[in-house]
Amino acid sequence: MAGGRREAGALESAIMSVLQDAGEALAAAEVRRRLDGGLAYSTVVTILSRMHGKGLLVRTKEGRAFRYAPVSDEPGLAAHRMHQVLDGRPDRETVLARFVESLSGEDERRVRELLEGR
Amino acid sequence: MDVDEFLPLVLPAVMACAARPLSGRLPPRTATWLLTVTGTLLALASTATLAVFALGGALRLPLIARLGHLSGHVLRDGAQPVPAVAAVAALALFTSLGSAGYAMATQARALLDGARTARGLPGEGELAVVADDAADAFALPGRPGRIVVSTGMLAVLDPAERDVLLAHERAHLAGRHHLFRTAAHLAAAVNPLLWPLRGAVVYATERWADESAAARTGRERAARAIGKAALARSHRPGPSGASALGIGSALARRGGRRPGPLPRRVAALLAPPPPRRVLLVAATLALAALSVLAANDGAFDLHQLIEHAQAG
Repeated sequence: MAGGRREAGALESAIMSVLQDAGEALAAAEVRRRLDGGLAYSTVVTILSRMHGKGLLVRTKEGRAFRYAPVSDEPGLAAHRMHQVLDGRPDRETVLARFVESLSGEDERRVRELLEGR
Repeated sequence: MDVDEFLPLVLPAVMACAARPLSGRLPPRTATWLLTVTGTLLALASTATLAVFALGGALRLPLIARLGHLSGHVLRDGAQPVPAVAAVAALALFTSLGSAGYAMATQARALLDGARTARGLPGEGELAVVADDAADAFALPGRPGRIVVSTGMLAVLDPAERDVLLAHERAHLAGRHHLFRTAAHLAAAVNPLLWPLRGAVVYATERWADESAAARTGRERAARAIGKAALARSHRPGPSGASALGIGSALARRGGRRPGPLPRRVAALLAPPPPRRVLLVAATLALAALSVLAANDGAFDLHQLIEHAQAG
């Protein structure tokens, strides 16, 4: 069992590279097919959900199964691109629908009151 | 020239005052459509009216009259605008057309940039997660549109709240909300009196997406998710916090007394959904129709005058 943990770590990296190569979100069954280790389906699901718990993967529900994707293949680059689109152009506001804006001090207090009033 | 020919130039000011209340009191989907359609019609009618005034004035120029084989006698008796009005109208018309052209170009570029960024984002699915501690999330229209969420945002939301976020952004993409926003932006570029319409339509589309998310997850959960996300975003002023000094938040910040869009969104979700208010919708549409009819009258009168002048 001493090797069990190391093996789990190795499986995580193997799964991560499968997901990164895929370039799209994969279901557990697809991940298993692309890993040539002949692993049990339940093992793959367990590792995927553990990786999701660690924040390494994001998952979206499709039908009954989850599809997993790496959090980001090129984190710096993606964040950089994101800020490039957003930065300081008022005409971008029509195109980009932001979930939430930053709050002024007064609005922050209002939101807190609204949420705590429940 | 009748007084009612000035109506298309005056009614946008009425709309400017009504835009924000309408965006809050109507069901958001209705408000989005109503504000966009009304704004577009008002912008077209006011531009047409300026064109009629300018052209009416131009007919007095001897060169134009000669080119059009118009009788100066009929023109002098006709009721065209006084030269000063015509000159101001011509100036306003050219400014408005120039501003509309510029706005169209910048909007087209923004849409193309957005679509290019959407293609370049990691992964192939709808959702792209970018590693960034600042809590941020937005929908990026394109083919297909993408939803961008930062790891910082995911970290502050529990799974149910993430569902709210995704449902909200999906509603933006599915409802093609960027087109409404772009239309309102163009209307405001054509006629600056319609400027408040932009913020009102942006707010109405946010509320529309909020209500779509609430329909899936429940109103209170949606309110909580939005409130939490906004508080988290405001607490970590990273680079994206500074970039949020766009026009929307600048306006929100200025209005120290009145609550900004976000507290209003949260409050709206904690209250029952807004009623349909058919009369309010009808009254607003009547305003737009009045404007279009008045512009049409003005154009008709000018047409008649030209025909008389050609005959006489």
